[in-house]
Amino acid sequence: MKILVCISHVPDTTTKINFTPDNKSLITQGVQFIINPYDEIALTRALELTEKSGGSVTVINVGEATTEPTLRKALAIGAADAVRINAQPREAFFVATQIAEYIKKTPYDLILCGRESIDFNSGTVPSMVAEMLGIPSVAISKTIQVENGKAVIEREIEGGKEVIECALPLIAGCSESVAEPRIPNMRGIMSARTKPLVVVEPVQTETFTKVAGYDKPAPRSSVKLVDAAEPGKLLELLHTEKKVI
Amino acid sequence: MAVLVYTENTEGKFKKSAFEAVTYARAIADALNTSLSAAAIGDASDEELGKLAKYGAKKILKISDAQFKNYSVQGYASAITQAAQKENADVVVMLASFGGRGIAPRLAVKLKAGLAEGAVELPKIVGNFIVRKTAYSGKAFADVEIVSAKKIITLIPNSYKVEEKPETAAIENLSPSINNDDFKMTVKETVRSTSKVSLPDAEIVVSGGRGLKGPENWGMIEQLAEILGAATACSKPVSDAHWRPHSEHVGQTGITIGPNVYIAIGISGAIQHLAGVSSSKVIVVINKDPEAPFFKAADYGIVGDAFDVVPKLIEAAKAFKAGQN
Ligand SMILES: Cc1cc2nc3c(=O)[nH]c(=O)nc-3n(C[C@H](O)[C@H](O)[C@H](O)COP(=O)(O)OP(=O)(O)OC[C@H]3O[C@@H](n4cnc5c(N)ncnc54)[C@H](O)[C@@H]3O)c2cc1C
Ligand SMILES: Nc1ncnc2c1ncn2[C@@H]1O[C@H](COP(=O)(O)O)[C@@H](O)[C@H]1O
Repeated sequence: MKILVCISHVPDTTTKINFTPDNKSLITQGVQFIINPYDEIALTRALELTEKSGGSVTVINVGEATTEPTLRKALAIGAADAVRINAQPREAFFVATQIAEYIKKTPYDLILCGRESIDFNSGTVPSMVAEMLGIPSVAISKTIQVENGKAVIEREIEGGKEVIECALPLIAGCSESVAEPRIPNMRGIMSARTKPLVVVEPVQTETFTKVAGYDKPAPRSSVKLVDAAEPGKLLELLHTEKKVI
Repeated sequence: MAVLVYTENTEGKFKKSAFEAVTYARAIADALNTSLSAAAIGDASDEELGKLAKYGAKKILKISDAQFKNYSVQGYASAITQAAQKENADVVVMLASFGGRGIAPRLAVKLKAGLAEGAVELPKIVGNFIVRKTAYSGKAFADVEIVSAKKIITLIPNSYKVEEKPETAAIENLSPSINNDDFKMTVKETVRSTSKVSLPDAEIVVSGGRGLKGPENWGMIEQLAEILGAATACSKPVSDAHWRPHSEHVGQTGITIGPNVYIAIGISGAIQHLAGVSSSKVIVVINKDPEAPFFKAADYGIVGDAFDVVPKLIEAAKAFKAGQN
């Protein structure tokens, strides 16, 4: 089974987010970039599946040269090879088009993504790629099994879950219960340096959205403390001050 | 020109969040000086469908062909595309729910529409069409400009207030043309959680962290939640340790919620946890450590031992509820 894992390159979860004075872009200076945590989960699941029943795992990223350390990390975790589509990931439709065009030339049995990237929190790219390829997708998967060319996936639904079965090829977005992320070992880190990382030039495509600006939420006014001996006061405040209960 | 809202139902019934989507879509239709149509898939009765008119839908498209009995993301996306084409919709709205998040990107490709996922307020439509969404896991907002003629917006549940605006709406059957390739997926099993209030929809959420020591202590969390009509949630280590199911885990790697009140008990307030709850309207923190970082993100706090404070709070909540009735 050939598996492709889509990797997005995002600011570390603990990063303090700051924007340029015109509010148009993130200040990346001093920001540590990592593999999107959900993509790390997708990668781990891909490795587990190929270790069990054979096959190979390729990782792909749409990004500029600055994302290569992130791809090398994915190789260190265990991917066999990496592809970088050399373009700034402008918006979801643009990124999805690049990935879909690559897959049209190099088909895979299973394509695993994260349920969303933690910078934009959209969860758009996987389902767009699937639509462009005309194959099924599961946007938010809880568990993923593959047997006899069929995937069995538990997907999240409002107030519960649904188990679906589907022939491959298929695209799935992974949530955190899909796998326990792996930490690369020394051997992985050493071998990552020599594994293939291919750079592909992007295709031309239109874009439908752009970011007009960023803003930070207003800080909450400082906390109002209620005496631990009289927690009933809290309910009064929620009722009279905030009118939420 | 029109606005179309896709309204999800669970076993034929709409939840409050469906009416939020209708209210939101109607406000957009009003601003664009056009009318709102709603599309619903599955077996909601005409009486149930009629509820959509109460919030401003002028026309209701009912898609109930047998193929749609089971969810198929491709089938649903095709059906909604056909509804949008029939209504000549320029704007399509749906919830950023588990279902909507899977459908909207496919719809965007089919309609060649710009998509803004996870809106938290009404779009600005004067001049450029701009939708505000959260980004960087709740640490920022992004204003997304949709530059294409057709636009799709998914709305975060609980971020827009339901408001009635009764219309008399006609219910029309729509039988979309079906492509068998859209139905390759089969649903083997559907499991509904037994909890009374579903977490993404809940207006009040009572959440517990590692400070509660073990699963045996969740009785008081459940009891408080029950009295307040709240859903229960937890931090990641709690679900990792299987004290609580993963479906309750909120945060950056769990689910994102935005209830009216989030009550965090024995949770330190790590940045990854805050990512899932920072859009809550009011945050209440109960923690024995006055230095716990969560107090910095809270509106109200109680510094104290949960095992002492929560039972007292339960008694107070019983009295409060009794006083309300
Ligand atoms: C990539 C990544 C993703 C993550 N994603 C998430 C996520 O989605 N969600 C999430 O929650 N975490 C997530 N985490 C973990 C997060 O960093 C914290 O470790 C976690 O939120 C801590 O959980 P906690 O507050 O329950 O436990 P702790 O940090 O152990 O805090 C327990 C708190 O309980 C208080 N306490 C103890 N006893 C009592 C008592 N008797 N009464 C009252 N208070 C008491 C303590 O003072 C303390 O503040 C993630 C971490 C990483 C690295
Ligand atoms: N620039 C990118 N390159 C490769 N994969 C991406 C990129 N952006 C997003 N993805 C994939 O799509 C998933 C959802 O991302 P998003 O739609 O941006 O929330 C991510 O978890 C990745 O698996």
